[in-house]
Amino acid sequence: MMHRRDIVPRLLADRGDLLVVAGLGAPAWDCTAAGDHPLTFPLWGGMGLAAMIGLGLAKAQPARRVLVVTGDGEMLMGMGALATIAAAGAPNLAVAVLDNERYGETGNQETHTARGVDLAAVAAGCGFRIARTVSEEAAVAAAVHDLREAPGPVFVVFKVAAENLPLVLPPREGVHLKQRFRTALLGTGPDV
Amino acid sequence: MTDWPLEIHAALRRAGVSLVSYVPDAGHKRLIELCRDDPGMEAVVLTTEEEGVGFASGAWLGGRRAALLMQSSGIGNCPNALAMARTCGFPVLMLVTMRGEWGEFNPWQFPMGQTGPDVLRLAGCAVHRVERAEEAGPTVEAAAKLAFDSRVAVAVLIAQRLVGTKSFQR
Repeated sequence: MMHRRDIVPRLLADRGDLLVVAGLGAPAWDCTAAGDHPLTFPLWGGMGLAAMIGLGLAKAQPARRVLVVTGDGEMLMGMGALATIAAAGAPNLAVAVLDNERYGETGNQETHTARGVDLAAVAAGCGFRIARTVSEEAAVAAAVHDLREAPGPVFVVFKVAAENLPLVLPPREGVHLKQRFRTALLGTGPDV
Repeated sequence: MTDWPLEIHAALRRAGVSLVSYVPDAGHKRLIELCRDDPGMEAVVLTTEEEGVGFASGAWLGGRRAALLMQSSGIGNCPNALAMARTCGFPVLMLVTMRGEWGEFNPWQFPMGQTGPDVLRLAGCAVHRVERAEEAGPTVEAAAKLAFDSRVAVAVLIAQRLVGTKSFQR
Protein backbone atom coordinates (compact mmCIF):
# COMPACT_ATOMS: atom_id res chain seq x y z
CA MET A 1 0.00 0.00 0.00
CA MET A 2 1.29 3.48 -0.89
CA HIS A 3 1.55 6.32 1.60
CA ARG A 4 0.48 9.90 0.88
CA ARG A 5 3.46 11.47 2.56
CA ASP A 6 5.79 9.43 0.36
CA ILE A 7 3.93 10.62 -2.76
CA VAL A 8 3.55 14.34 -2.10
CA PRO A 9 7.25 15.16 -1.60
CA ARG A 10 7.89 13.58 -4.99
CA LEU A 11 5.13 15.63 -6.61
CA LEU A 12 6.71 18.81 -5.26
CA ALA A 13 10.42 17.93 -5.55
CA ASP A 14 12.56 20.50 -7.38
CA ARG A 15 9.39 22.49 -7.86
CA GLY A 16 11.01 25.39 -9.67
CA ASP A 17 8.25 27.80 -10.70
CA LEU A 18 5.45 25.28 -10.09
CA LEU A 19 2.20 26.79 -8.75
CA VAL A 20 0.30 24.55 -6.32
CA VAL A 21 -3.27 24.52 -5.01
CA ALA A 22 -3.79 22.13 -2.08
CA GLY A 23 -7.33 20.93 -1.36
CA LEU A 24 -8.67 21.20 2.15
CA GLY A 25 -7.84 18.64 4.77
CA ALA A 26 -5.09 16.09 4.56
CA PRO A 27 -3.73 17.17 1.13
CA ALA A 28 -3.09 20.67 2.50
CA TRP A 29 -1.34 19.19 5.53
CA ASP A 30 0.65 16.84 3.27
CA CYS A 31 1.85 19.73 1.10
CA THR A 32 2.82 21.66 4.21
CA ALA A 33 4.68 18.63 5.58
CA ALA A 34 6.63 18.57 2.32
CA GLY A 35 7.61 22.21 2.90
CA ASP A 36 5.43 25.30 3.28
CA HIS A 37 5.91 27.53 0.25
CA PRO A 38 4.48 30.91 -0.81
CA LEU A 39 3.51 29.48 -4.20
CA THR A 40 1.37 26.80 -2.57
CA PHE A 41 -2.18 27.94 -1.83
CA PRO A 42 -3.53 25.59 0.86
CA LEU A 43 -7.29 25.55 1.39
CA TRP A 44 -8.90 25.39 4.84
CA GLY A 45 -12.39 25.59 3.35
CA GLY A 46 -14.08 25.90 0.00
CA MET A 47 -14.52 22.15 -0.30
CA GLY A 48 -14.96 21.14 -3.94
CA LEU A 49 -13.27 24.22 -5.36
CA ALA A 50 -9.60 23.22 -5.53
CA ALA A 51 -9.66 22.14 -9.17
CA MET A 52 -11.53 25.29 -10.24
CA ILE A 53 -9.08 27.52 -8.39
CA GLY A 54 -6.42 25.61 -10.29
CA LEU A 55 -8.16 26.29 -13.59
CA GLY A 56 -8.43 30.03 -12.88
CA LEU A 57 -4.76 30.09 -11.96
CA ALA A 58 -3.80 28.09 -15.05
CA LYS A 59 -5.71 30.51 -17.30
CA ALA A 60 -4.09 33.48 -15.59
CA GLN A 61 -0.58 32.00 -15.86
CA PRO A 62 -0.49 29.96 -19.07
CA ALA A 63 3.30 29.79 -19.09
CA ARG A 64 3.47 28.22 -15.63
CA ARG A 65 2.64 24.68 -14.56
CA VAL A 66 -0.27 24.49 -12.12
CA LEU A 67 -0.67 21.40 -9.92
CA VAL A 68 -3.75 20.78 -7.81
CA VAL A 69 -3.19 18.27 -5.00
CA THR A 70 -6.43 17.17 -3.43
CA GLY A 71 -8.32 14.29 -1.89
CA ASP A 72 -11.02 11.95 -3.12
CA GLY A 73 -13.77 13.51 -0.98
CA GLU A 74 -12.87 17.04 -2.08
CA MET A 75 -12.74 15.99 -5.74
CA LEU A 76 -16.07 14.18 -5.49
CA MET A 77 -17.72 17.36 -4.21
CA GLY A 78 -16.52 19.32 -7.25
CA MET A 79 -16.69 16.62 -9.91
CA GLY A 80 -18.35 19.01 -12.38
CA ALA A 81 -15.06 20.89 -12.46
CA LEU A 82 -13.58 17.98 -14.40
CA ALA A 83 -16.06 18.67 -17.21
CA THR A 84 -15.40 22.39 -17.02
CA ILE A 85 -11.62 21.95 -17.14
CA ALA A 86 -11.72 19.54 -20.05
CA ALA A 87 -14.14 21.74 -22.00
CA ALA A 88 -12.04 24.84 -21.35
CA GLY A 89 -8.78 23.15 -22.23
CA ALA A 90 -5.84 23.65 -19.91
CA PRO A 91 -2.50 22.38 -21.23
CA ASN A 92 -0.66 23.61 -18.12
CA LEU A 93 -3.00 22.14 -15.48
CA ALA A 94 -2.62 18.86 -13.61
CA VAL A 95 -4.72 17.38 -10.81
CA ALA A 96 -3.37 14.77 -8.39
CA VAL A 97 -5.90 13.03 -6.15
CA LEU A 98 -4.67 11.30 -3.00
CA ASP A 99 -7.37 8.67 -2.74
CA ASN A 100 -7.59 6.95 0.64
CA GLU A 101 -11.28 6.16 0.08
CA ARG A 102 -12.11 8.01 3.29
CA TYR A 103 -13.37 11.34 4.58
CA GLY A 104 -10.30 11.55 6.76
CA GLU A 105 -11.05 14.77 8.62
CA THR A 106 -14.48 13.73 9.81
CA GLY A 107 -14.03 10.24 11.18
CA ASN A 108 -12.76 8.14 8.28
CA GLN A 109 -16.15 7.43 6.76
CA GLU A 110 -15.96 5.68 3.40
CA THR A 111 -16.15 7.88 0.31
CA HIS A 112 -17.75 6.85 -2.95
CA THR A 113 -14.39 5.63 -4.25
CA ALA A 114 -14.50 2.89 -1.60
CA ARG A 115 -17.65 1.69 -3.33
CA GLY A 116 -16.29 1.59 -6.82
CA VAL A 117 -16.54 5.15 -8.13
CA ASP A 118 -13.59 5.61 -10.48
CA LEU A 119 -12.49 9.26 -10.55
CA ALA A 120 -9.89 8.67 -13.26
CA ALA A 121 -12.57 7.18 -15.48
CA VAL A 122 -14.70 10.29 -14.89
CA ALA A 123 -11.79 12.54 -15.86
CA ALA A 124 -11.11 10.41 -18.93
CA GLY A 125 -14.76 10.56 -19.87
CA CYS A 126 -14.68 14.32 -19.56
CA GLY A 127 -11.74 14.51 -21.96
CA PHE A 128 -8.60 14.90 -19.87
CA ARG A 129 -5.60 14.15 -22.07
CA ILE A 130 -4.13 11.84 -19.44
CA ALA A 131 -6.22 10.21 -16.72
CA ARG A 132 -5.27 7.13 -14.78
CA THR A 133 -5.12 5.50 -11.38
CA VAL A 134 -1.82 4.51 -9.81
CA SER A 135 -1.90 1.78 -7.19
CA GLU A 136 1.66 0.52 -7.24
CA GLU A 137 4.98 2.09 -6.45
CA ALA A 138 6.42 1.06 -9.82
CA ALA A 139 4.02 3.44 -11.60
CA VAL A 140 4.64 6.50 -9.41
CA ALA A 141 7.64 7.98 -11.22
CA ALA A 142 5.89 8.05 -14.59
CA ALA A 143 2.80 9.58 -12.99
CA VAL A 144 4.83 12.30 -11.32
CA HIS A 145 6.47 13.03 -14.65
CA ASP A 146 3.11 13.37 -16.40
CA LEU A 147 1.72 15.58 -13.65
CA ARG A 148 4.70 17.90 -13.86
CA GLU A 149 5.49 17.84 -17.58
CA ALA A 150 2.91 16.27 -19.89
CA PRO A 151 0.47 18.42 -21.91
CA GLY A 152 -2.67 18.76 -19.84
CA PRO A 153 -5.10 18.58 -18.46
CA VAL A 154 -3.60 15.64 -16.60
CA PHE A 155 -5.39 13.68 -13.87
CA VAL A 156 -3.81 11.03 -11.66
CA VAL A 157 -5.41 9.21 -8.76
CA PHE A 158 -2.95 7.76 -6.25
CA LYS A 159 -4.48 5.00 -4.16
CA VAL A 160 -3.02 5.52 -0.70
CA ALA A 161 -3.43 4.01 2.75
CA ALA A 162 -6.05 5.40 5.12
CA GLU A 163 -3.87 6.49 8.00
CA ASN A 164 -3.95 9.11 10.71
CA LEU A 165 -0.82 11.23 10.39
CA PRO A 166 0.56 14.11 12.44
CA LEU A 167 -1.08 17.41 11.52
CA VAL A 168 1.34 19.78 9.83
CA LEU A 169 -0.66 22.95 9.41
CA PRO A 170 -0.02 25.84 7.03
CA PRO A 171 -0.82 29.42 8.08
CA ARG A 172 -4.58 29.72 8.50
CA GLU A 173 -5.27 33.34 7.53
CA GLY A 174 -6.74 33.32 4.05
CA VAL A 175 -5.74 36.86 3.19
CA HIS A 176 -2.15 36.11 4.18
CA LEU A 177 -2.06 32.93 2.08
CA LYS A 178 -3.51 34.79 -0.90
CA GLN A 179 -1.22 37.77 -0.60
CA ARG A 180 2.01 35.87 -0.07
CA PHE A 181 1.18 33.87 -3.18
CA ARG A 182 0.47 36.97 -5.27
CA THR A 183 3.55 38.78 -4.03
CA ALA A 184 5.78 35.78 -4.77
CA LEU A 185 4.26 35.45 -8.24
CA LEU A 186 3.54 39.03 -9.26
CA GLY A 187 5.87 41.21 -7.20
CA THR A 188 4.81 44.20 -5.14
CA GLY A 189 3.23 46.68 -7.57
CA PRO A 190 0.25 48.83 -6.56
CA ASP A 191 -2.22 46.44 -8.15
CA VAL A 192 -0.90 43.42 -6.24
CA MET B 1 -32.72 52.26 -26.04
CA THR B 2 -29.22 51.73 -24.74
CA ASP B 3 -27.63 48.46 -25.88
CA TRP B 4 -26.95 47.34 -22.32
CA PRO B 5 -25.10 44.06 -23.01
CA LEU B 6 -22.71 46.04 -25.22
CA GLU B 7 -22.30 48.63 -22.46
CA ILE B 8 -21.56 45.91 -19.89
CA HIS B 9 -19.04 44.28 -22.19
CA ALA B 10 -17.30 47.63 -22.68
CA ALA B 11 -17.30 48.23 -18.92
CA LEU B 12 -15.72 44.82 -18.33
CA ARG B 13 -13.02 45.66 -20.88
CA ARG B 14 -12.33 49.00 -19.23
CA ALA B 15 -12.07 47.26 -15.85
CA GLY B 16 -9.41 44.91 -17.19
CA VAL B 17 -11.57 41.80 -17.07
CA SER B 18 -10.09 39.24 -19.45
CA LEU B 19 -11.64 36.03 -18.14
CA VAL B 20 -15.37 35.35 -18.01
CA SER B 21 -17.05 32.26 -16.66
CA TYR B 22 -20.74 31.59 -16.99
CA VAL B 23 -23.72 29.37 -16.56
CA PRO B 24 -25.90 30.41 -19.48
CA ASP B 25 -29.05 32.45 -19.11
CA ALA B 26 -31.28 33.74 -21.88
CA GLY B 27 -30.86 37.22 -20.43
CA HIS B 28 -27.09 36.93 -20.80
CA LYS B 29 -27.20 35.46 -24.30
CA ARG B 30 -25.85 38.53 -26.04
CA LEU B 31 -23.25 39.37 -23.39
CA ILE B 32 -21.94 35.80 -23.49
CA GLU B 33 -21.65 36.06 -27.27
CA LEU B 34 -19.83 39.39 -27.00
CA CYS B 35 -17.36 37.90 -24.53
CA ARG B 36 -16.86 34.74 -26.56
CA ASP B 37 -16.23 36.74 -29.72
CA ASP B 38 -13.76 39.10 -28.04
CA PRO B 39 -10.17 38.02 -28.77
CA GLY B 40 -9.14 39.87 -25.61
CA MET B 41 -11.35 37.69 -23.44
CA GLU B 42 -11.59 34.00 -22.71
CA ALA B 43 -15.00 32.63 -21.77
CA VAL B 44 -15.35 29.40 -19.78
CA VAL B 45 -18.65 27.55 -19.47
CA LEU B 46 -19.34 26.11 -16.01
CA THR B 47 -21.40 23.17 -14.83
CA THR B 48 -22.55 25.11 -11.73
CA GLU B 49 -22.19 28.66 -10.48
CA GLU B 50 -19.94 28.06 -7.48
CA GLU B 51 -17.25 26.86 -9.87
CA GLY B 52 -17.10 30.43 -11.11
CA VAL B 53 -16.25 31.77 -7.65
CA GLY B 54 -13.34 29.32 -7.47
CA PHE B 55 -12.32 30.23 -11.02
CA ALA B 56 -12.31 33.96 -10.25
CA SER B 57 -10.30 33.34 -7.08
CA GLY B 58 -7.69 31.31 -8.93
CA ALA B 59 -7.50 33.93 -11.67
CA TRP B 60 -6.88 36.61 -9.05
CA LEU B 61 -4.13 34.50 -7.47
CA GLY B 62 -2.53 34.45 -10.89
CA GLY B 63 -2.95 38.18 -11.57
CA ARG B 64 -5.95 38.27 -13.90
CA ARG B 65 -9.45 39.59 -13.41
CA ALA B 66 -12.50 37.43 -13.98
CA ALA B 67 -16.25 38.02 -14.02
CA LEU B 68 -19.02 35.48 -13.39
CA LEU B 69 -22.24 35.57 -15.44
CA MET B 70 -25.25 33.72 -14.12
CA GLN B 71 -29.00 33.65 -13.54
CA SER B 72 -30.62 34.32 -10.16
CA SER B 73 -31.47 30.64 -9.69
CA GLY B 74 -27.74 29.99 -9.35
CA ILE B 75 -27.27 32.30 -6.37
CA GLY B 76 -28.15 29.49 -4.00
CA ASN B 77 -25.28 27.40 -5.30
CA CYS B 78 -22.69 29.97 -4.26
CA PRO B 79 -22.62 30.74 -0.51
CA ASN B 80 -19.95 28.25 0.56
CA ALA B 81 -17.71 29.37 -2.28
CA LEU B 82 -18.38 33.00 -1.38
CA ALA B 83 -17.37 32.19 2.20
CA MET B 84 -14.00 31.04 0.90
CA ALA B 85 -13.65 34.18 -1.21
CA ARG B 86 -14.58 36.37 1.76
CA THR B 87 -12.12 34.67 4.09
CA CYS B 88 -9.31 35.24 1.63
CA GLY B 89 -10.34 38.63 0.28
CA PHE B 90 -10.74 37.42 -3.28
CA PRO B 91 -12.54 39.85 -5.60
CA VAL B 92 -15.62 38.28 -7.15
CA LEU B 93 -17.64 40.19 -9.72
CA MET B 94 -21.00 38.54 -10.39
CA LEU B 95 -23.45 39.69 -13.05
CA VAL B 96 -26.82 38.14 -12.29
CA THR B 97 -29.85 38.29 -14.55
CA MET B 98 -32.96 38.13 -12.41
CA ARG B 99 -35.90 35.79 -12.70
CA GLY B 100 -38.92 35.37 -10.47
CA GLU B 101 -39.55 39.04 -9.90
CA TRP B 102 -41.27 40.75 -12.87
CA GLY B 103 -43.95 38.95 -14.85
CA GLU B 104 -42.32 35.58 -14.28
CA PHE B 105 -44.15 32.64 -15.85
CA ASN B 106 -42.26 29.88 -14.02
CA PRO B 107 -43.21 29.53 -10.35
CA TRP B 108 -40.03 27.57 -9.62
CA GLN B 109 -38.01 30.73 -10.26
CA PHE B 110 -39.84 32.75 -7.61
CA PRO B 111 -38.04 31.62 -4.41
CA MET B 112 -34.48 32.27 -5.58
CA GLY B 113 -35.46 35.44 -7.39
CA GLN B 114 -36.97 36.84 -4.21
CA THR B 115 -34.45 35.59 -1.65
CA GLY B 116 -31.36 35.80 -3.88
CA PRO B 117 -30.47 39.40 -3.01
CA ASP B 118 -30.63 38.65 0.73
CA VAL B 119 -28.69 35.42 0.27
CA LEU B 120 -25.95 37.37 -1.45
CA ARG B 121 -25.90 40.02 1.28
CA LEU B 122 -25.75 37.38 4.02
CA ALA B 123 -22.88 35.74 2.15
CA GLY B 124 -21.00 39.03 2.34
CA CYS B 125 -21.58 40.43 -1.15
CA ALA B 126 -22.22 44.03 -1.97
CA VAL B 127 -25.35 44.11 -4.10
CA HIS B 128 -25.95 46.61 -6.89
CA ARG B 129 -29.11 46.66 -8.96
CA VAL B 130 -29.70 47.72 -12.55
CA GLU B 131 -33.27 48.69 -13.46
CA ARG B 132 -32.69 50.79 -16.56
CA ALA B 133 -30.52 50.12 -19.60
CA GLU B 134 -28.51 53.31 -19.26
CA GLU B 135 -27.47 52.31 -15.72
CA ALA B 136 -25.88 49.04 -16.81
CA GLY B 137 -22.48 50.29 -17.99
CA PRO B 138 -21.79 52.70 -15.11
CA THR B 139 -23.04 50.20 -12.52
CA VAL B 140 -20.82 47.39 -13.79
CA GLU B 141 -17.89 49.78 -13.97
CA ALA B 142 -18.43 50.86 -10.34
CA ALA B 143 -19.00 47.25 -9.23
CA ALA B 144 -15.76 46.16 -10.88
CA LYS B 145 -13.85 48.94 -9.18
CA LEU B 146 -15.37 48.03 -5.83
CA ALA B 147 -14.64 44.33 -6.27
CA PHE B 148 -11.08 44.54 -7.58
CA ASP B 149 -9.87 47.54 -5.57
CA SER B 150 -11.53 46.63 -2.27
CA ARG B 151 -11.07 42.86 -2.81
CA VAL B 152 -14.66 41.94 -2.06
CA ALA B 153 -17.53 40.14 -3.77
CA VAL B 154 -19.97 42.34 -5.64
CA ALA B 155 -23.14 41.19 -7.38
CA VAL B 156 -24.83 43.29 -10.03
CA LEU B 157 -28.46 42.21 -10.27
CA ILE B 158 -29.97 42.96 -13.66
CA ALA B 159 -33.72 43.41 -13.22
CA GLN B 160 -36.06 41.04 -15.01
CA ARG B 161 -37.99 44.10 -16.11
CA LEU B 162 -34.91 45.20 -18.06
CA VAL B 163 -33.99 41.77 -19.38
CA GLY B 164 -37.54 41.52 -20.70
CA THR B 165 -39.70 38.67 -21.80
CA LYS B 166 -38.46 38.86 -25.36
CA SER B 167 -35.15 37.38 -24.22
CA PHE B 168 -36.87 34.15 -23.30
CA GLN B 169 -36.81 32.78 -26.80
CA ARG B 170 -37.87 29.28 -27.62
